Amino acid sequence: MKRVFASAHVKRLFSALAALAILELMTGPPGSALAPTAGFTGSFGEPASFLGLFRTQRWVLFLFLALVMYGLWSAWLVWGQQVRTATAKAVSAPRAATRTRPVRWGMAVVVLAVALLLPHLITDPFWQAAMVEQIAVYVLLALGLNVVVGFAGLLDLGFVAFYAIGAYTTAWVTGALPTAAPFGIHFNNFYAIPIAIALAMGSGIILGAPTLRLRGDYLAIVTLGFGEIITIFANNLYGITGGSQGTNTIPHFSLHVGPIKYLWGLTPVPYYYLTIVFVILFIAGFKLLEHSRVGRAWTAIREDEVAAESVGINPLKYKVMAFAIGASTAGFAGVVTASQSNTIFPSSFTLQFSINILVLVIFGGMGSITGVVLGAIVIQTGSMYLLHTPPAGYQPQDLYIYLGALLVVMMIFRPAGLVPSRRRHREIGLAEKGEGHMNEVLTGDTP
Amino acid sequence: MGAFGHYLTGHFDTLRLEFWALFVGGLANGVLYGMVAVGYTLVYGVLRLINFAHSEIFMSGGFAGYFVMKAMVGTAVPSGFASVGLIVAGILVGGVVGAVMATLVERVAYRPLRRRRAPALAYLISAIGASYFLYNMAGKEFGRVPISMPQPYINHPIIHIFGAPVQMYYVIILLAGAVMFLTLDRIVAKTKLGRSIRAVAQDAETASLMGVNIDRTIVLTFIVGGALGGAAGFLFGMGTGVSNTMGFVPALKAFTAAVLGGIGNLRGAMIGGFLLGIVESLSVVFVQAAYMDVVAFGILVAVLLFRPTGILGERLGRAA
Repeated sequence: MKRVFASAHVKRLFSALAALAILELMTGPPGSALAPTAGFTGSFGEPASFLGLFRTQRWVLFLFLALVMYGLWSAWLVWGQQVRTATAKAVSAPRAATRTRPVRWGMAVVVLAVALLLPHLITDPFWQAAMVEQIAVYVLLALGLNVVVGFAGLLDLGFVAFYAIGAYTTAWVTGALPTAAPFGIHFNNFYAIPIAIALAMGSGIILGAPTLRLRGDYLAIVTLGFGEIITIFANNLYGITGGSQGTNTIPHFSLHVGPIKYLWGLTPVPYYYLTIVFVILFIAGFKLLEHSRVGRAWTAIREDEVAAESVGINPLKYKVMAFAIGASTAGFAGVVTASQSNTIFPSSFTLQFSINILVLVIFGGMGSITGVVLGAIVIQTGSMYLLHTPPAGYQPQDLYIYLGALLVVMMIFRPAGLVPSRRRHREIGLAEKGEGHMNEVLTGDTP
Repeated sequence: MGAFGHYLTGHFDTLRLEFWALFVGGLANGVLYGMVAVGYTLVYGVLRLINFAHSEIFMSGGFAGYFVMKAMVGTAVPSGFASVGLIVAGILVGGVVGAVMATLVERVAYRPLRRRRAPALAYLISAIGASYFLYNMAGKEFGRVPISMPQPYINHPIIHIFGAPVQMYYVIILLAGAVMFLTLDRIVAKTKLGRSIRAVAQDAETASLMGVNIDRTIVLTFIVGGALGGAAGFLFGMGTGVSNTMGFVPALKAFTAAVLGGIGNLRGAMIGGFLLGIVESLSVVFVQAAYMDVVAFGILVAVLLFRPTGILGERLGRAA
């Protein structure tokens, strides 16, 4: 009997059942405190249809899918290696081709052309607004967090704080807050950019310098707390921030250079182009940064801090730098969002926001700029699609359940992300072989 | 004196008058922080990692206790032995559910990564993912509004300390906390399990050579920490109500307490909890209640700045 339970097949079947049960609960109906079992019973008892092929109850579907998963899993264990070598062989030639410089530039041009044409191809107002507010801005944010998580290997769970600092700075500089604008002048939004970047960077340094001297995970929890604190201040400093009401009088971006006069307005398309310009600037900047002396220092610290220090790299300096650059990108994105929406509410600066950005980076592939941009586009488009055309029984808050699960699943199965950075991929591989000093974590019984 | 002087005198007067009432309330909160902090410190001891999902283990204990109370407390508020029985039942169920959740978290978010020898960043990300998943899952299944727990006892002042009345609720927390802390202290200091936890914390490789089963020790560490966290969740929920967001702030404070006492140090976590609770409670005299959480955060940053090893120092794997 004991042999049966210990056998790999039973374990696999059990894991498949457990995974599918969780999936059923995630997609099932909600419960409430008064009817705490409604969610559980409904998740298994409600009628369901399988791709419209046959109608049944959810538990039948659940058993069926669990068996399918068990079968696929078993098959993967038998033939997985062959499949993997075959695909590696098949993609090796095209992949090598994409690595040459002309092809890469060509692809970049095509992507850029598509990005520029997109507002003319998609004219649905929901999607046009989503393209700016939920996709382009999030690409910007993901690029910024990628510097912290991807390049420097630090975990920042309070990214929202710097975004809020950027947004509030915009409101302050343009005179939309109860507190007086600097020097009593209502500045143009473009002037808010350097100020917001400076303030976000400054607060990043103040927060990062004491914390980054210590272990990496202290940064995670301090930033987690900082994200919460910022909201408390924004909510309670009525005289300065406008309290929980926030403000809704932030002007749009406008340009007055000589004869050129342009005012960005409520329509999303001009903002889309503006944000795209910013995104391109940031991508170019971060690409240069990645391969600069600074970027190489980050790689060295990430891979082996002791060795990096012994060749004269000051880890604290470079970590604080990465953290501050990430923070300033978030501050910058805050300027764009605040100007675009004209409004700020403290309640929009939540932990959910920080985690959402983290998911974009992790899913795309930490350290890979292409991956992060792609990850942001895929995840944000997906979540907007769920908001736009929700499947039966889907509630908007369910998204966060999926995002949380996605983080765990990515870490278990594909820690380097969808489009892995080559360097990162190799590092994780090395760490798994026990090489390098990334590995401080107890790994259990070694064979 | 000046206006600021009057401001201070006024506040110190309030502090003098309210001191013992605030002290007891703070100490009770501090016991809860300490109970959660122990979970952080134990896991930190063996894995050198912050368990970000601990806040949700706390929450699961709160919900478990809520459902027990909902099922067992009738329309009339119980008293006497019925109250004692209910509270013990709540603590036990909260603790068991907390322990089960901690085991599941270890199983799903930690063990696969340990098998692959993943870098530390991966653990933090998967733990925060698990935490976020549970946080939102609880919101889906049990609603996203806070609910108050049916009270298993009548809350009234039962003793006076220096003229300050002490509520029944605080007495319960202090008693339960004392029992649990003493038990835990003895477990870690005297039992075989405690010895293996300490051995793994000191030097995992050598411990495994000496015949300590590391996987088993890690799971048991999660279970012990989870049980305390879950029980604390029930006790906390009894006073403040339960919701899917209930774990976030207390867990952040408990982590502060663990760092304050010296992370990895069991007694440090308890003392850090008491201290943080008391300081936070007394700070109400000087700052608005809305900024209470800011005080705890300020303490965390100050400790990391000036004494990152905490009051008692990091003492991984010493007999408490």
